[in-house]
Amino acid sequence: MTPLEIQAKLDRILLKVAKPGRYVGGELNITVKDWDAIPIRAALVFPDIYDIGVSNVGLKILYDQINQRPDALAERAYAPWHDMETLLRANGIPLYSLETFHPLADFDLIGFTLPYETLYTNTLNVLHLAGIPIRAVERHAGHPLVIAGGHAAMNPEPMSAFIDAFVIGEGEQIVHEIIETLKAWKQGKPETSQESREALLRELVRIPGLYIPRFYEVDYLDDGTVADVRPLIPEAPRVITKRMVPKLPPPPTRFIVPNIETVHNRASVEIMRGCTRGCRFCHAGMIVRPVRERPVEEVVAAAEEAIRNTGFEELALLSLSSSDYSNILELVTKIGEKFGGQHLTVSLPSLRIESVSIDLMERLKDRRSGGFTLAPEAATERMRRIINKFISDEQIIETTREIYRRGWVTIKLYFMIGHPSETLEDVRAIADLCKRVLAEGRKVIGYKARLNVGVSTFVPKPQTPFQWVSCDTVEQIRAKQNLLRDLLYRERNIKLTLTRPEDTFLEAFLSRGDRRLSEVIYTAWKNGAKFDAWSESYRYDVWLNAFREHGLDPEFYTHRQRRVDEIFPWDHISAAVKKTYLFQDYRQSLEGITRIDCRQHCFACGILPTFTQVRREHPGNYWKCPEVKTPVREKEVLAVGL
Amino acid sequence: MRLRITFTKQGPLRYTGHLDLHKIWERAARRVGLPLAYSQGFHPHPQIQLAAALPLGFASRCEVVDLKLTENIPLEGLAARIQSAVPGGLGILSIETVEERAPALQTQVIAAEYEAELLETADKHDLPRRIETLLATDSLPRERRGKAYDLRPLIEALTLNAGRLWMRLTAREGATGRPEEVLDALGISLEDARIERTRLIFKTDS
Repeated sequence: MTPLEIQAKLDRILLKVAKPGRYVGGELNITVKDWDAIPIRAALVFPDIYDIGVSNVGLKILYDQINQRPDALAERAYAPWHDMETLLRANGIPLYSLETFHPLADFDLIGFTLPYETLYTNTLNVLHLAGIPIRAVERHAGHPLVIAGGHAAMNPEPMSAFIDAFVIGEGEQIVHEIIETLKAWKQGKPETSQESREALLRELVRIPGLYIPRFYEVDYLDDGTVADVRPLIPEAPRVITKRMVPKLPPPPTRFIVPNIETVHNRASVEIMRGCTRGCRFCHAGMIVRPVRERPVEEVVAAAEEAIRNTGFEELALLSLSSSDYSNILELVTKIGEKFGGQHLTVSLPSLRIESVSIDLMERLKDRRSGGFTLAPEAATERMRRIINKFISDEQIIETTREIYRRGWVTIKLYFMIGHPSETLEDVRAIADLCKRVLAEGRKVIGYKARLNVGVSTFVPKPQTPFQWVSCDTVEQIRAKQNLLRDLLYRERNIKLTLTRPEDTFLEAFLSRGDRRLSEVIYTAWKNGAKFDAWSESYRYDVWLNAFREHGLDPEFYTHRQRRVDEIFPWDHISAAVKKTYLFQDYRQSLEGITRIDCRQHCFACGILPTFTQVRREHPGNYWKCPEVKTPVREKEVLAVGL
Repeated sequence: MRLRITFTKQGPLRYTGHLDLHKIWERAARRVGLPLAYSQGFHPHPQIQLAAALPLGFASRCEVVDLKLTENIPLEGLAARIQSAVPGGLGILSIETVEERAPALQTQVIAAEYEAELLETADKHDLPRRIETLLATDSLPRERRGKAYDLRPLIEALTLNAGRLWMRLTAREGATGRPEEVLDALGISLEDARIERTRLIFKTDS
């Protein structure tokens, strides 16, 4: 179907769906290239609705990287909402790109971002709506290459049947290597055969950081755990080590400005990548190492440019832990001076629980609107030692009291239940701490003090020190949540928000699964599972039936303490953090031993030996690991994995 | 200073609603560096007035917006600067200044003209007679969002010209005719027509 035919058909259906602006593109700052003049065409897909996906920074970076090349173009697509999907199918309209309305199947490459696991069924649905075979092995050379990346790709196995190649780690450099390879293959005038596609994949597998599941076979032990993951061809590496950009390139500033209301309608600047705190539950903190910062001047200049290019009324300074940015006070002061009084909101996420954070917020805010957000994650000192996010109770009380005193009426506190070795006493402590915080607020500002409490449930993630531990069962979670409800329901000024236990269960098996889960995902999708990130559309029964159909037990993946020597389905994927390091950290957590910020002391997680050469080539302070002082050896060995 | 900008709304922007169009103007002002005035109070709002909400899906070649500024700026070259700062589908037709104390723009609209291009799929059989019959009646009782109303007095004019329907509908507060209602009364489905607003008529025009 041609773009014109698609547009003509769309005009007839768009007024029948909610928010048709999701499906027409035409936003400010999009890049529209001459389709026929460009050899390599990529469609970047966020497999949820436009409203959620359009602000995704990762895809924006790739969109810019690809469109800066004269020989390639990048366009965008998102998952249509239920109403639009029905009409697309009924009218035979394939899923198309928003820039030029080309069917996704006409592209050379489709790149999915998978920041979280509940997008898996939507990914299958997008392929289906595009008329592209869902299983990778059923695609031939005439079909687009299907690539996925993002944090969830750190355990690619559950989606291995559907994705041709996974990008492990950061995408800025590898995207160009993929395009070069694709271009060389395409110029060789390939036939539309399975063999030709195989040839392309055998070229791609040489690119470091690209994982092509079909070139590996998994052996299992009798107990269902992994015995070995074997490369089937000599070109396929035994361990795929993540890609890492040694120096952050200039941040994107020409953000796409939606013509409709979306979730994060704002400009953003990534001030820092990675985190040195070492919270043991934190997936991002483990897989996005080392810490790399952007200089203050670069951030301020990018922020100004971004606001000038977009006109957005909100600016977000992004990082995993704002307080740890080396020159945070200087940055915030400059940003505050630049944008004060301009009816702009500046947001600074992930602040540490200390009074300095309040000083920072005061510099950014003309008004005390909105809440002040802090994330203690756990309510007892014992538990905060276990998760390595140690703050004393006193520090929490003092900081929150000071926030109320300085004019904020609402504080938001985030906790998790389900941490390793958690007891009902630790859960009860969440309610007690909240009541104490509110009581302090009342002393300072009286009965207008408000407290919003968000309690989510911990899912032990692959590639973290807690990858060995079991996730709470739905029943355990429910009991803990009921306890919290009972303890807090009388408190008028405390608003408690809980996540659904079933959502945690889903996230747990999707993130911890092995390749056999592909069939479960396929069956669940076929029977109607999609938009799993949306509580209202989550189909618990469909998933359980899918497990049953394939003779698998979801609790094997979720509620099972792993053996110390267990080979994980994701062990051949390396975030450059050693498994021995993760295990040592896990053991220390059980003893209540905490680790300080690794800027102050290197705990040898594995980043430096993996990236010795890179570190040597990029000395200096913006990368927060110690300098490599050893002389260059004759032959530098790239240490990977274990 | 108060600027009055006349502009088109076409293409993908047809699917941007009234509130979102406000946002587009606020952002355009920030990109161009216009000193937009904000209301006082705890939640300051930019002082932007759109003449008349355009139903979703319709194009227009006659939208009007007033922007209140905190200081005077030269109009020279302004249209081009704004044009380069707005999304595709929004075309600047003219910019003028108006009396700061002039009444709110939306209170001044009295009628609007629309053109409906009928697609091949539209049922055009005997259409002139259907129009005639419609215009001959005194009352056209209809229901919209559960509210009964009479469409007929809202239709000021309706003609068919070279496959296009042209209509002038009342557009006063509480008495606004909607072109898709007229189409429906004629037995033409909305999806078989492309509707464009061609003119807004203000009190001062008469």
